[in-house]
Amino acid sequence: MTLRATTSQTVGPYFQIGLARFCVDDLTAPGVPGERIEIAGRVLDGDGEPIPDAVIEIWQADAEGTYPPEPDARETEGEIPNKDRKQSEKLAFRGYGRVPTGTDGTFRFKTIKPGRVPAPDGTLQAPHIAISIFMRGLLRRLVTRIYFPDDEANADDFALKLVEPTRRETLIAKQSVKQAGLLEWNVVMQGPSETVFFDV
Amino acid sequence: MAEFHGYRRPHPGTQPDHLHRPYVSSIKRAPTKPLVELPHTLSEVTGPSFDSSMIDVKAGDLTKQEKGEPVGERIIVSGRVVDEDSRPVRHTLIEVWQANAAGRYRHAIDQHNAPLDPNFEGSGHALTDEQGRFRFISIRPGAYPWRNHYNAWRPAHIHFSVFGPAFATRLITQMYFPGDALLPFDPIFNCVSDESARNRLISVFDWETTMCEHALGYKFDIVLSGRHSTPWENK
Repeated sequence: MTLRATTSQTVGPYFQIGLARFCVDDLTAPGVPGERIEIAGRVLDGDGEPIPDAVIEIWQADAEGTYPPEPDARETEGEIPNKDRKQSEKLAFRGYGRVPTGTDGTFRFKTIKPGRVPAPDGTLQAPHIAISIFMRGLLRRLVTRIYFPDDEANADDFALKLVEPTRRETLIAKQSVKQAGLLEWNVVMQGPSETVFFDV
Repeated sequence: MAEFHGYRRPHPGTQPDHLHRPYVSSIKRAPTKPLVELPHTLSEVTGPSFDSSMIDVKAGDLTKQEKGEPVGERIIVSGRVVDEDSRPVRHTLIEVWQANAAGRYRHAIDQHNAPLDPNFEGSGHALTDEQGRFRFISIRPGAYPWRNHYNAWRPAHIHFSVFGPAFATRLITQMYFPGDALLPFDPIFNCVSDESARNRLISVFDWETTMCEHALGYKFDIVLSGRHSTPWENK
């Protein structure tokens, strides 16, 4: 008989106690190839008020469109000799980040622009970052994606095509007018510019 | 050509809706538009991993993180992380956090008038082993009031965060204690219609892991989404 997945529960207001250790706001590392980018934004509730107790998790491919291997795959590559270990850690792109929002609902992280990864229909997806959002008040995480402005590949993207055209822009970051190289992307929980969330 | 299997969607009634009116904070935070169903792609079937070099081996014992012993009833919480096909989820990161024995979190915004314990921080982490097993030593957390409704009290609970093998399997949940009189009144615990799903959030007192003259044992198993048996094939 198959089991059933455990029921999700809210992260609550005090998640910093348990989740702080594995917070990562800079996914880049020396030697990791790719275009350096910085993404910042705010998480806003149904009244447009900032949400100060949310946490965003990031998962993305490297600049070539390759996801870091699962631990099992790494094991079969064998032990890395100690002297080479530092070097290999330096080069390894982990693709993982976690940033809590501040008291003003803001978050910010540095990463590299991901490459394109395949879609189930055989096409290549446009560069994107997979996002999980947890907060007090949400019993279950929300999933969304960040896409990049002015990327031609967005027009034919597997996931964007599932979204009503008028709502697609909620998934696409914007160039900041305040700071060169900064992308802005907000998470709007409710209202006319409500962010598109995916059921995964 | 890469071939991969997507993960199963939840069984009806076993996962909460984002809007759950009795949980008042959900009203301004839950999306109002339907979610867009996304068939799993490589981005959802891969996920972050953590290896033993990132783990503090002492983080499995929450009673030994400060100079002295924390106040409260010592407990041992152990269990397995498995998928819906009962396969162990190996080497996955589990993070836990909880209130102290008096029902107070060591967090700036927790203003509950109950004592902090200088010997209890209330957080731990560990990787599951080859069989998906984990074990934490802690103290039993206290119940505490919250402002959801008049005279609202959260039943004693420990927060659990688990990654599993893929972005699609990410789970954050809470573990409760058997026989807690507050459970029937808690809107967070009572967020799903399936009674047996709710009851799986309640740990089970366990003689086998109870340590003589030292600590009570509680078992808590965590089940993550399993994989579909039919593969997607990328052409």
